[in-house]
Amino acid sequence: MVVGAGIAGVQASLDLANAGYYVYLVEKTSAIGGRMAQLDKTFPTNDCAMCIVSPKLVECGRHLNIEIITNAEVQSLEGEPGNFTAKVHQKPRYVDDDACTACGDCIEVCPVDVPNEFNQGLNTCKAINKRYAQAYPNSFAITKLDRAPCKINCPANLNVQGYMQMAKVGKFDESLKIIMDDLPLPGVIGRICPHPCEESCRRLEVEEAIAIRDTKRFVADQAGVENIAQPEVEPRGEKVAIVGAGPAGLSAAYHLARAGVKSVIYEALPVAGGALAVGVPAYRLSQEVIDREVAVIKGMGVEIKLNTPIGDEITFADLRRDFDAVFLGVGAPQSFNLGVPGEDGDNVVSALDYLKSVNLGQEVPTAKQVAVIGGGNVAIDAARTAIRKGATKVTMIMLENEEECPASSWEVEEALEEGVEIIHRKGVESVTASSVFLKDCVQVFDEQGRFAPAYDDACELVEIPCELVITAIGQKTDLGFLGPDAGLELTPRGTIASDPVTMATNLEGVYAGGDVVTGPWIAIGAVAAGREAAFSMLRQFEGQDLAQGRRKLEMKPPEEQEYNPVPDDIFVLPRARMEQRAPDERIKDFDQFELGLTAEQVMAEGARCLNCGVCCECLQCVEACKAKAPAHDQQPQDLELKVGSVVMAPGFDPFDPSLFDTYSYASHPNVVTAMEFERVLSASGPYQGHLQRPSDGREPQKIAWLQCVGSRDINHCDNGYCSAVCCMYAIKEAVIAKEHASEPLDTAIFFMDMRTYGKDFEKYYDRAREEHGVRFVRSRIHTIDPVEGDRLRIQYVTEDGEPVEEFFDMVVLSIGLQTGPEAIALAQRLGVELTEHNFADTSSFTPVGTSRPGVYACGCLAGPKDIPQAVMEASAVASASSIGLAEVRGTLTREVQYPVEKDVSGQEPRIGVFVCNCGINIGGVVDVPGVRDYAATLPYVTFVDENLFTCSQDTQAKIKQAIIDNDLNRVIVASCSPRTHEPLFQETIREAGLNKYLFEMANIRDQDSWVHQKEPEKATAKAKDLVRMAVAKAALIEPLHQVDLSLTKSAVVVGGGVAGMNAALSLAEAGYPVHLVEKTDTLGGNANQLLATWKGEPVAPYLEELIARVRGHKDITLYLNSELVDATGFVGNFVSTIKGDDGTETVIEHGVVVMATGGHETRPSEYLYGEHDAVSTALELDAELRGNPEAPKKWDAVAFIQCVGSREPERPYCSRLCCTHSVESAIKIKETNPEAQVFILYRDIRTYGVREDLYKKARELGVLFIRYEVDQKPQVAVDGDQLTIIAKDHVLGREVSFTVDRLVLAAAIEPNNVTTLAEAFKTPLNAEGFFLEAHMKLRPVDFASEGLYLAGLAHFPKPLDEAIAQADAAVGRAMTVLAKNVIRVGGVVATVNPDKCSVCLTCVRTCPYNVPKIVDGKAVIEVASCYGCGACAAECPGKAITLQHFTDAQILAKERAAVN
Amino acid sequence: MRLQYPTNIKVIQLPCSGRVDILHLLRAFEDGLDGVYVAGCMEGDCHFLTGNLKARRKVEYVKKVLESLGLEPERIEMYNMSSAEGPRFAQVANEFYQRIQELGPSPVPKAQAA
Repeated sequence: MVVGAGIAGVQASLDLANAGYYVYLVEKTSAIGGRMAQLDKTFPTNDCAMCIVSPKLVECGRHLNIEIITNAEVQSLEGEPGNFTAKVHQKPRYVDDDACTACGDCIEVCPVDVPNEFNQGLNTCKAINKRYAQAYPNSFAITKLDRAPCKINCPANLNVQGYMQMAKVGKFDESLKIIMDDLPLPGVIGRICPHPCEESCRRLEVEEAIAIRDTKRFVADQAGVENIAQPEVEPRGEKVAIVGAGPAGLSAAYHLARAGVKSVIYEALPVAGGALAVGVPAYRLSQEVIDREVAVIKGMGVEIKLNTPIGDEITFADLRRDFDAVFLGVGAPQSFNLGVPGEDGDNVVSALDYLKSVNLGQEVPTAKQVAVIGGGNVAIDAARTAIRKGATKVTMIMLENEEECPASSWEVEEALEEGVEIIHRKGVESVTASSVFLKDCVQVFDEQGRFAPAYDDACELVEIPCELVITAIGQKTDLGFLGPDAGLELTPRGTIASDPVTMATNLEGVYAGGDVVTGPWIAIGAVAAGREAAFSMLRQFEGQDLAQGRRKLEMKPPEEQEYNPVPDDIFVLPRARMEQRAPDERIKDFDQFELGLTAEQVMAEGARCLNCGVCCECLQCVEACKAKAPAHDQQPQDLELKVGSVVMAPGFDPFDPSLFDTYSYASHPNVVTAMEFERVLSASGPYQGHLQRPSDGREPQKIAWLQCVGSRDINHCDNGYCSAVCCMYAIKEAVIAKEHASEPLDTAIFFMDMRTYGKDFEKYYDRAREEHGVRFVRSRIHTIDPVEGDRLRIQYVTEDGEPVEEFFDMVVLSIGLQTGPEAIALAQRLGVELTEHNFADTSSFTPVGTSRPGVYACGCLAGPKDIPQAVMEASAVASASSIGLAEVRGTLTREVQYPVEKDVSGQEPRIGVFVCNCGINIGGVVDVPGVRDYAATLPYVTFVDENLFTCSQDTQAKIKQAIIDNDLNRVIVASCSPRTHEPLFQETIREAGLNKYLFEMANIRDQDSWVHQKEPEKATAKAKDLVRMAVAKAALIEPLHQVDLSLTKSAVVVGGGVAGMNAALSLAEAGYPVHLVEKTDTLGGNANQLLATWKGEPVAPYLEELIARVRGHKDITLYLNSELVDATGFVGNFVSTIKGDDGTETVIEHGVVVMATGGHETRPSEYLYGEHDAVSTALELDAELRGNPEAPKKWDAVAFIQCVGSREPERPYCSRLCCTHSVESAIKIKETNPEAQVFILYRDIRTYGVREDLYKKARELGVLFIRYEVDQKPQVAVDGDQLTIIAKDHVLGREVSFTVDRLVLAAAIEPNNVTTLAEAFKTPLNAEGFFLEAHMKLRPVDFASEGLYLAGLAHFPKPLDEAIAQADAAVGRAMTVLAKNVIRVGGVVATVNPDKCSVCLTCVRTCPYNVPKIVDGKAVIEVASCYGCGACAAECPGKAITLQHFTDAQILAKERAAVN
Repeated sequence: MRLQYPTNIKVIQLPCSGRVDILHLLRAFEDGLDGVYVAGCMEGDCHFLTGNLKARRKVEYVKKVLESLGLEPERIEMYNMSSAEGPRFAQVANEFYQRIQELGPSPVPKAQAA
């Protein structure tokens, strides 16, 4: 199992899978590719990162033996090496990736924009998205977080986010449809709901809640409930009786009707709507609005019997008998009494009765002076109704004070506007015919918060004169209609006891919901209850458990909530408000007083929505997707994997510089991180590769880079280490930015030490400085000040002590790498120990092993590092993690079996053409049937067809059948890109018995319908042209046969140093015989002189054991004093000659070669080396200290000079290991003799990565570091036994001179001479004599020719741990060859017609891989070695060479067909 | 990105721009095409090491041949672009189309269908 699918994880997976293991690749995001996919270019080759990584991703993705598990996390790991059980939790991607064709139709309709994480939040992407264009799996995924708080807080769990998003984009019909999936009364609820949703709206954190209710009202009015299509369902036989046509009953009936169940509603009142109709005044909700929505319900077949009370004529028992189920939604229509003297008088009326009479157009008592008793919304309704009925003075009397007032604040506000007066904290003492008398209320609620009013009976009574008293102090149920023997269980409050989830009562088949269950509550609660009751009834009819799997949505505790974050830079936007009629106007009638929002307002409200849950579940993607791929109901999965070993490659998190206030990162858009700048530069990034400032899109003219942000810093963060890559990427970004700029661009890099310590890194630094004019300023910047014009001021002091102020358009923070919290948690779960810097605790001798046996680490988890090092470790891990698993190699891997290939030779072409609609991607632009019919007219075409999606599973079956039925021998698919789909179709035709090369594609999507969208006719014509071209070529294509060659499963390792020995041992332990060739008479190489590794591990004991193991291994044949002098053959089948110094020659056959020929420390020619005994090299010092550890006690002062022979014109590279080595030696000296003065004279201290700890420690121990410039080297003079050193100290700004007992020179490292070996295998060397790998970034241990690998100093100077890792890596790569049983060669390769060959050697000169050879007077191209680029075929003057599948005839036929 | 470019640009796929033959380039004009360009990887970035450099050399050569035949050498061009540069692909297509528009149809008569 490999955890993490960045470049390291992908490489490890590929190497393991190719070495015969089945690999689970577990990735936490929705696609593999990791950080490298986010980079623009790579250092130092300036390759496009995506271009070079994507072939690897495709290979990994299509690999039969790599199972990619995306959106997944490892939960636990039990067991032993060789027998682990890993528990993996996989989150759904909510898209069926087998069905998804990645056509992108869904993103056209998805309304949700969220920050594009892949683009570092610089632009947005949709909730349904593909991480990046080249992502694998090539399928979309939906981001879903927790359900939005508005939805959770809505009693009916309406999909608020969904309908707000539809409203945002002006799709009001769709918005209403989403509402009506749950709610049949949108216009009603949209007017009267007290909207608890809005109380939980996270927009309140910014300014005000979204106007959710008013939006609902708008879309209901605008789109019209009657226009929303209801699902077409088969009628069912069951019948349901519903008592009460209020919101609960209507909702139950509606949802039953949507499922095909017929219901009858019995309503005592003369109107439908229940409390909505008779309890809510018309100025808030008119009967027309109710009737419009009730009409829809009726239209669905629901029968409403008005004026039909249950009780006398029709009894509850009748209903139970005559119907399959009964729903009771009768509300709470009875008023509580005041319980005070005088309330029986004619001048006292309950609010419910009063409102009902008004609404039904009945007579009501009129009065000029009215007192309303109560403080709830009903009281307000009554008061405002009384005003409309002509009262001149309406006084509301409530127990509560202003804060406690139970009525909605806005309703109180509106009542006050209309002239209602409110008296707080008074209770009614008594009522007379002309007044109410009030007493003081001293308490409304008791200590438990229960309603328990208490009065001051001794207070002075207040008299309120009034002719009419309206009481609104509460409601209760009225269940008399049930009769005495109904048997229905009630609560102590007198409500019906029903299950809160299922609404079932104690009586079978009887359900109840709404106010009759809850007591007086809001209408949307009743709607929810009706819906749930309907669902329960449906379950009852199906014989299912009523409750199973149903639960109420609940808000998680705040710390667990996962919501789309509120952006830091969000704009404050006021909430939209409805226009209201003026108070003095509106009190004159009962017409609506709120006039509704406008379309513009509603869309703006939608845009204010924060999309808390990201996906809003509007299901637009489901409708748009022709392939039916979105799967919103996918559930998480828990997997249990049996694995032999575990590779951790979770990668790094970029340091978050927000906590550096002085850098203004969080507050200024033009201060960006380097990762963001990569996306800025990337052609696939947010700005399509245009260099521009985020603040205003203008091209910057000056950009600064600040190094070591979050690295080498223990003040602001704990990352004391060097992040090892930032110097390189900053230089690269500066150079590339200059290339992107249309005007001359000034770039400045502010740094402490420039650490270009890798292969060809120093040269890039030199070119950046000298050729590109990148400025390098040695200064650590502490503050960035934003100034006018979105510019940024940086102040610093030059090396000469001059203060400088500069202004930049952009500042890039070169942020460091760190192990992210998720990776730390993963390590904890897996029981892997991390260092204080949160990197895997590895040893120098087992660089990829962790503290837990069987668990390995590679990439940045094992320390900050660049891509080549990560790839190297990945291959190393492939070798290391398979140790102990050699026996099971190949036992779990899969191979596909294909039917025997049909022989089509000599047959006339019979071409089948399949034209793809790609949903509407092609068919929406190109006339696909026209193209199909046209194809039928072309020569040799015998079968044509069109498909909705040609890549879908069912179409594959159709194609296979068509091949068989029509005896097709060539197949063309006219669809999309061969890059993504050719292998799939080739597989299909192979399954139908055709050679895979009998296939051709016409790309009528990427090259036609997509890029000519606006010219459908021309696009159709072009599609025909492209099909004609494909047919022209297809008529000429031939089957190609790959040949299986056997191979010799053994290896030669050249070089017996630590790298060579490690390679030999690992190969031998994997079961392959190894021939180890060493030039000298000893094993161990440079390590024989090394004292300790940089981590302090002594080298000698390790080396001793290693040599013993090599010598003792039965599968290693040792050739000392020998050289490999000649080699022939190719991968899998090399024949090499090994020559001993005695002249004996041994010829051996082998499959692979590892070149570990090493390097050596040079002999310096300066600083009195060789002239004075006190001067030595670093290795000489090591040897001396090995012999006499106490030697430093005799030294009063020691100096080290760095870069002796390195970073100079003759050796323009950094020797990488010397800084660390000198610092380490200095520490050793200081620890042995704390009194000794130790000086290190350096140009840049390059203690990269965690080695920075040593640098820090050395300074703490008092080692003095003195920097010198290359043109002002230190002077060394003889002073008797001692030496005097004179150097210019840049900190002090003057010359210093001191006397030392010893001078240690950090001499450059050179490769050993490998001319013979390089010639034997035709392996290239770079200018400095190091072997040149196949690709700097992604094939760091391979040669361009297969079967050859390199490791150790022969590649570049490196410390012991890296050499060992590289040796393991070489083995990891070699095993991918050795694990094969055959080597399959051929296919698209070049072949020579010997009759035409005139031996002009053009091909020999042309081939970039030195493949063509002259054998017996003719050119020969070894099939196994040919890469198939076709350069030789193009250059051969005699046309003797043909590139299969791209022959001249085929290319020319296509060309000709392009014309007509 | 779906960037729009003219419909009369048609792509012939090769494994490497180094596969393109002088004969292919000349035959295109013989067949009656008005312009041809070769799109290869960025220089120094060839998947097959040097194929794009070879392609450029051949394009330069064919320019001279066209000139000697009295055809405008601008009718053929070599462009380098990376596979991640969709905008550049579209930009080159538009540019080259413009260029050919300005040059007008090739004087070579269109070949008859074989």
